[in-house]
Amino acid sequence: MSGSESGHQEHPLSIYLWIWILLFVLSTFSYLVDYYQLQGALRWNLIIIFMMLKAGFIVAIFMHMTWERITLISAILVPPLALLVLIILMSLEGQYTHKSRATFFGLEEAPVVEHHGEKNH
Amino acid sequence: MASSGQIADQGVVNDLVEDWSQDKEVFKVHWGKAMMWIFLLSDTFIFTSFLTGYMKIRASSTIPWPNASEIFALSFGGDPIPLILIAIMTFVLITSSGTMALAVNYGYRRDRGKTALFLFITAAFGLLFVGMQAFEWTKLIVDEGVRPWSNPFGAPQFGACFFMITGFHGGHVSGGVIYLTYVAIGVLNGRYEKKGYDIVEIAGLYWHFVDLVWVFIFAFFYLW
Repeated sequence: MSGSESGHQEHPLSIYLWIWILLFVLSTFSYLVDYYQLQGALRWNLIIIFMMLKAGFIVAIFMHMTWERITLISAILVPPLALLVLIILMSLEGQYTHKSRATFFGLEEAPVVEHHGEKNH
Repeated sequence: MASSGQIADQGVVNDLVEDWSQDKEVFKVHWGKAMMWIFLLSDTFIFTSFLTGYMKIRASSTIPWPNASEIFALSFGGDPIPLILIAIMTFVLITSSGTMALAVNYGYRRDRGKTALFLFITAAFGLLFVGMQAFEWTKLIVDEGVRPWSNPFGAPQFGACFFMITGFHGGHVSGGVIYLTYVAIGVLNGRYEKKGYDIVEIAGLYWHFVDLVWVFIFAFFYLW
């Protein structure tokens, strides 16, 4: 087969098919979390785990990150770490706004706004 | 780990130092691929900003957030099945990601017919996804009366978050369908026989990214 120019890659079809099946299975699992209305910490943990696994397989295999040089990998994966700071700050800010509103709207206690179950506020 | 051979036996740190210090190209890939990755990195920041804004709005709301599980339920004659529409859309998008991976694989092998075929199939699944999203939007806007500023289910900001996040993602899918169709026609016409098939891989990166974003939207907007 050709594809001998530098940077071209060829991998057996089976690896794509396996990842494909895996993504199907993981998606089914995350749907079942909702279908069976799992609640609380179990629900959040399962959603996050299935999400991270799916995202990881897509980036690593389908987007070929596993086979790239470390220079490209780090250039793409390191900058988003800054977003973690944004997420943490906004999460804290959200809780603060929620409590402020509860105080100023005269709600005795900040109500639990999650319909699925309780979340730590 | 190092894919392009010559200095594979050196460590990861050596690779990094060597690539950045040689006073010429840093990324040893097709320039279009490097640029696509940079674009996708910027897109990551855009979508994360949307999702983070949604998180902040939802966390600070004192009015209960609408239950996506019920809103996106569909009934096929019997009892409504929770979130089924979104589940089907998820499977459609994953299927399209699989066919895209096959297209890229056949692109590496410069198999003209099969590459074009799988690109067309991928675009068709993308179109199906956009169609289902159009159905979903119509149902919410026309039947349920959801607006960016109000809705009958709960916190009024639900509509704004929903339309911004899924709209921006749907726009990406629509753009991807056009992009893939363009590339597929080019492959079929032999436009890349001399230039090389890099564009198939580059288009693939874009398409997988759109699927990747959906993974996060599915988890945080629909399941949470």
